[in-house]
Amino acid sequence: MLKDQDRIFTNLYGMHDRSLKGAQMRGHWDGTKDILGKGRDWIINEMKASGLRGRGGAGFPTGLKWSFMPKETDGRPAYLVVNADESEPGTCKDREIMRHDPHTLVEGCLIASFAMGAHACYIYIRGEYVREKEALQNAIDVAYDAGLVGKNACGSGWDFDIYLHHGAGAYICGEETALLESLEGKKGMPRMKPPFPAGAGLYGCPTTVNNVESIAVVPTILRRGAAWFAGFGRPNNTGTKLFAISGHVNNPCVVEEEMSIPFKELIDKHCGGIRGGWKNLKAVIPGGSSVPCLRAEQMEEAIMDFDWLREKRSGLGTAAVIVMDQSTDMIKAIWRLSKFYKHESCGQCTPCREGTGWMMRVMERLVKGEAAVEEIDMLLDVTKQVEGHTICALGDAAAWPIQGLIRNFRDEIEDRIKGRGMRVAAE
Amino acid sequence: MLRRLYHDQPASFAFTPANQAWAEGQIAKYPAGRQASAIIPLLWRAQEQEGWLTRPAIEHVAKMLGLAYIRALEVATFYFMFQLQPVGSIAHVQVCGTLSCMLCGSEDLMQVCKDKISPKAHHLSADGRFSWEEVECLGACTNAPMAQIGKDYYEDLTPARLSGLLDEMAAGRVPVPGPQNGRYAAEPMKGLTSLTKHESGRTKYNGSAQLAVDIGDTVKRVDGTEVPLRTPWIAGSGTVVKERPAKVAAPKAVAPKAAEVEVEEAAPEILTAPRGGAGDDLKLIVGVGPKLEALLHELGFWHFVQIANWTPAQVAWVNSRLGTFKGRIERDDWIEQARVLSRK
Repeated sequence: MLKDQDRIFTNLYGMHDRSLKGAQMRGHWDGTKDILGKGRDWIINEMKASGLRGRGGAGFPTGLKWSFMPKETDGRPAYLVVNADESEPGTCKDREIMRHDPHTLVEGCLIASFAMGAHACYIYIRGEYVREKEALQNAIDVAYDAGLVGKNACGSGWDFDIYLHHGAGAYICGEETALLESLEGKKGMPRMKPPFPAGAGLYGCPTTVNNVESIAVVPTILRRGAAWFAGFGRPNNTGTKLFAISGHVNNPCVVEEEMSIPFKELIDKHCGGIRGGWKNLKAVIPGGSSVPCLRAEQMEEAIMDFDWLREKRSGLGTAAVIVMDQSTDMIKAIWRLSKFYKHESCGQCTPCREGTGWMMRVMERLVKGEAAVEEIDMLLDVTKQVEGHTICALGDAAAWPIQGLIRNFRDEIEDRIKGRGMRVAAE
Repeated sequence: MLRRLYHDQPASFAFTPANQAWAEGQIAKYPAGRQASAIIPLLWRAQEQEGWLTRPAIEHVAKMLGLAYIRALEVATFYFMFQLQPVGSIAHVQVCGTLSCMLCGSEDLMQVCKDKISPKAHHLSADGRFSWEEVECLGACTNAPMAQIGKDYYEDLTPARLSGLLDEMAAGRVPVPGPQNGRYAAEPMKGLTSLTKHESGRTKYNGSAQLAVDIGDTVKRVDGTEVPLRTPWIAGSGTVVKERPAKVAAPKAVAPKAAEVEVEEAAPEILTAPRGGAGDDLKLIVGVGPKLEALLHELGFWHFVQIANWTPAQVAWVNSRLGTFKGRIERDDWIEQARVLSRK
């Protein structure tokens, strides 16, 4: 288990002093000027060496992403945009950073912006997080007052402005190009790529979009060294990670742990075990609603990292672990996610706009068993037609949970259809 | 999803002075010419002030940002947090219904809302004081089930507790938000498993609930005076915006429309021919084309300075003679435009 001294988010639960002074006592904002003094290339190389993979779900190497930003400016400003539109069902980790440890994020924004030649950073927080927005804005305001950001930030000679912007309840705005559209004051409809944001992003300028956690861990990684961070987890899956465990565990919580921690250890150490004991475990969605669910048998030996879960045809996603015990109606659980995606589809691409509604309606019938067994394969076929045929990944995200359900719980679906058939015959 | 404006709209909208100052500070966050970026924060503040988002408010914000109404309408109907119909006068309850909350009993919470507020979402309770809806994941999954009431998250709920919260609010009290089962934040309920060492400076409530208690605006209609305005991003402005940032020269919001407020008509100064033989090019006023210009000439207006000096009574006089163009003076803010043009 990770030791407290190796935890980056030392005030995750907000039980310690949340002020700037308190954060500084815990080591944040220490020697930031010196870090900037080492230059852009050093920072990006350290980030690459740390092996940090994006914490927003896709797991793209953060240092590599930064290196896509133009080295020389062509006159256009560059922007860092922080994706704080945390809306993936099951995910509630960034909220804890923003309301309880916001200074890590503000410092990370300065360093990351400097590393990509950006003098301005926009943080896009979801609109529902009203208090989190206020807490983060307070942290930004005191950082301005202390000269840590603003003109000549930290005395480094780098001018840096940081702005907090908010959305208004659209899951799709967590998609990076939809987020940029929304930030420009439009409907949050994803853009075609290319051009990628690093070439033409916010206001047509070079932009990098990073998750809150990816940015907030940066200062500590640079202070303690890439090797320290890379020392946790398996190769290619390094570092510490915030896990958010919800659903049928005894003590749901958000906790920072080592990557590649066994699922069993994570649940037993921090969550007091599965409700009703391990035998009562039925299924787990290991990385937020978009990744396919896995059966209890698979999860008992699971290693919580990108590669292990990918091998099992699921994913770590945002490390939002949704645990379901034997009392759960799996078909209904996945139907609820289908309803979510139908609600959140922006309507731009036909396969997604029509497909999410269609899939939800079939799932609705499957919940009641009012379907023919052949329709299971038809549903699977439709998910494949939606997957990969849309501008953004929402279509994929809507398809995968259903594919996971059919792959892992086909027997349950069939039983319900047959059970109903028998009931009808008996009536 | 199809979302339409409510059939019964109020006549007008204006930000309170403090909200207006706040809005101007927000606009200054974005580069020159990019003030459209501020649309969501401004619409949101309009909703915070009124409880729901009215058509006059949408149009008002569009004007402030120099946007066509349709652009603002698009945004208002796209984002689900914008309530396009009236909500309960005390509170609008948003129960999270997505998976983690469903697993932990959100359906029972919604039953409470159906019983106590209205059988249908988005409908007002019989006394008009409450309304409710099911919303998608609010991002507090380890504190499921939960609901957002007003600005705040009430977490770790039971049906009995939600019912109690509604009763308290109906009696005019605002219960402390945050976890309702004695938990502090998102830590394990049965005791800390990490970060146990350095306990210091702990406030009574967690980061969110403490702000709610300190500010006390959980279900308040916001007028902008709740917290001091700070805009550190405006260089050299100190922390408080005192005047309108120079860069945002969007057409200024205009006082009530002529149609809404009865103003006694009064004839303005009328010329039979342009002074000095040549008039100004009135087409330079955005919204005035050749047709309107000809009409204005007919009425006796040739110079920007004439238009710039119109009083509300005179505007009413001109308006009643503009035929189908009635209302354009306010919509396109001719007076402000003419004032600027007459200085050149």
